Amino acid sequence: MQAFRFEPTRLPPDAEALRGEVRDFLAEAMPNRSAVHRATSWSGWDPGFSRKLGERGWIGLTWPKRYGGHERSAFERYVLLEELLAAGAPVSAHWVADRQSGPLLLRFGTEAQRQAILPRIARGELYFCIGMSEPDSGSDLASIRTRAIRQDGGYLVNGTKVWTSNAQHCDYMIALFRTDPNAESKHQGLSQFLVPTKTKGISIRPIRNLAGEEHFNEVVFQDAFIPADSLVGKEGEGWKQVTTELAFERSGPERYLSSFQLLLELIREISQDPSERGALAVGRLVAHLATIRQMSISVSGLLQQKIDPALEASVVKDLGTNFEQELPEVAQMLIDCEPSANSAQDFEQVLAHLRQIAVSFTLRGGTREILRGIIARGLGLR
Amino acid sequence: MSELAGILADQVARLLGDVVTKDLLDRVEKGLWPAELWRALEENGLTQVLVPEDQGGAGGSWSDAAIVLRAAGRHAAPVPLAETVLAAWLATRAGLAVPQGPLSLAPVRRTDRLALARTGSGLKLSGSAARVPWGGRADHVLVLAPLDGRPHLACVASGAASVAADRNMAAEPRDRLRFADAAVLAAAPAPSELGPDGLVPWGALVRSLQMAGGLDQVLDQCVRYANERSQFGRPIGKFQAIQQQLAVLASHTAAAGMAALVAARAAETGDPGFEIAVAKSRVGEAAGAGCAIAHQVHGAIGFTYEHALHFTTRRLWSWRSEFGNDSEWSVRLGREVAGRGADALWRTLTQR
Repeated sequence: MQAFRFEPTRLPPDAEALRGEVRDFLAEAMPNRSAVHRATSWSGWDPGFSRKLGERGWIGLTWPKRYGGHERSAFERYVLLEELLAAGAPVSAHWVADRQSGPLLLRFGTEAQRQAILPRIARGELYFCIGMSEPDSGSDLASIRTRAIRQDGGYLVNGTKVWTSNAQHCDYMIALFRTDPNAESKHQGLSQFLVPTKTKGISIRPIRNLAGEEHFNEVVFQDAFIPADSLVGKEGEGWKQVTTELAFERSGPERYLSSFQLLLELIREISQDPSERGALAVGRLVAHLATIRQMSISVSGLLQQKIDPALEASVVKDLGTNFEQELPEVAQMLIDCEPSANSAQDFEQVLAHLRQIAVSFTLRGGTREILRGIIARGLGLR
Repeated sequence: MSELAGILADQVARLLGDVVTKDLLDRVEKGLWPAELWRALEENGLTQVLVPEDQGGAGGSWSDAAIVLRAAGRHAAPVPLAETVLAAWLATRAGLAVPQGPLSLAPVRRTDRLALARTGSGLKLSGSAARVPWGGRADHVLVLAPLDGRPHLACVASGAASVAADRNMAAEPRDRLRFADAAVLAAAPAPSELGPDGLVPWGALVRSLQMAGGLDQVLDQCVRYANERSQFGRPIGKFQAIQQQLAVLASHTAAAGMAALVAARAAETGDPGFEIAVAKSRVGEAAGAGCAIAHQVHGAIGFTYEHALHFTTRRLWSWRSEFGNDSEWSVRLGREVAGRGADALWRTLTQR
């Protein structure tokens, strides 16, 4: 049995050349970014930064040029993303559009949608959120109830989405709605739509997270009318499309670097005079990190060969998010200090931030248990 | 995968798959030397995969050798294949002729001391080395020992040592060899690949590869068993409790495979210290977690001698502690990373 296709993969020279360019760019664009801001990584919202990346041609890197893309390799995209994340760049504004919504439109969107939307994403001007989960539908995504019912010239939407990250700042939502409430199974009768968040009848309410931050939202649709041409792909094919979209989400390198800043601060803490337990903990974490990174590069290799990496990507995401979550646990266990957002010490500040938000790392974009279910299916157990 | 790698993969899988049966493993644990298996490995050139072609070897790279050693681990090949492949390679790097037959290496422990001395016409070896893998069984032992203050690699017949037989948890020979003015057959200055840590990093590399293969095998056995064994009216693999456990095992197995193969690839560049430390640390942890899951999923039958699972899990438990356990390598890695400082970490990782 050969369940997985992980091959050690070398990044080609053009990808390594891009690494230097990205480092130079970041050194200039964010010379004094604080440790705790770097630790916010891909939840740092900064449209100005996103537009600068767009100007450099670093959004939509692999997309066709006719849609504003740059037709560069999956390896180059990998290097760009890992450099941005390792540096803690504020990539949140364009992140979902670049990673998920743009590729979805490329695959399933109409020509008009692609031409209207993709070049503006690539310029760093249009930001997206994802309307999937609902109050009664989390891991059981196919049970969603928000309806889009056909009306003259379009659809009338009623229902509620939750945990919609950055909905309050975004221009568009890619939303999954039920278009046929009478379909035989819950996986049928679902459709995806491109919905402007400013549409009349949509109200967005931020939900404070346990750390007091407002990233995710409740989005209520009350007789919100969306035109017929906002349908993405085929009506009724929403489930198939959404699983493809989630595979884009899982295949990136961002799923192991969310706590990277804390590893750096931890090394700074112990590096003066490393105790054996400090060296043991850091060495073990670095062994995990180095291995996950090589696995992630291997997934980029599959993408570059146009092989669907859904299974391997799930393995990397499971290992990666567990690593991200373990970092604050190890750091807190190891270093005797009181984590505090107001501390003058970078370590204490970064730990306070990640200690609180790390619980979300194995929830967002599909829980650990859902990922492991996908892996089990890949093993032939389901 | 190179052309040679493809050929090797087929050859070694076929050969070991056919010959290394549960019955054979059973008999080897009772003391049998599997001469036929060894002969087949030699005849197919698998013992000299790293020896250059002009010296009669297969001329393979470390990535090619990785395929052979991972397969050796997967099939629990009850012979010193890893030791022979490594010793033969080191011999050629030192410019020594590669002896025929099974080979071993010493010392495997950092604390053991062996010394070479000049006699009238040649050299003699003295000292004691513990836990030498297959030390009494190998025909020759390649020994790293100082001569005139410089490390040398010397070839001695294992018959020249007095052997105190011992075994690891998997019943593989791990013998104490004592040399008292033993005749040295050939010697040369140690190759540059052998740094201050001697044979240990290279031993850690081959054990990491074997362990990656062992985990592949354990995962296969678990998936097969979970699909066959029924309880509550359905295969236990249909239960989420089992599926979640096996997904964890699969992720550890995939990580172990990647860490070991990347270390083998790094060995081709001549400076694999970082990657070997990563591999032995990561693979060791995977072995601990993986074996625990495998036995839990197998239930009581996996705890019997009758079932074949233990031939692999006992090897994984043994190999984890050989040539440095995961903590030992983690500490070394951690000290190195701390020494370079936080700001060097990302550059270190991305330069490899």
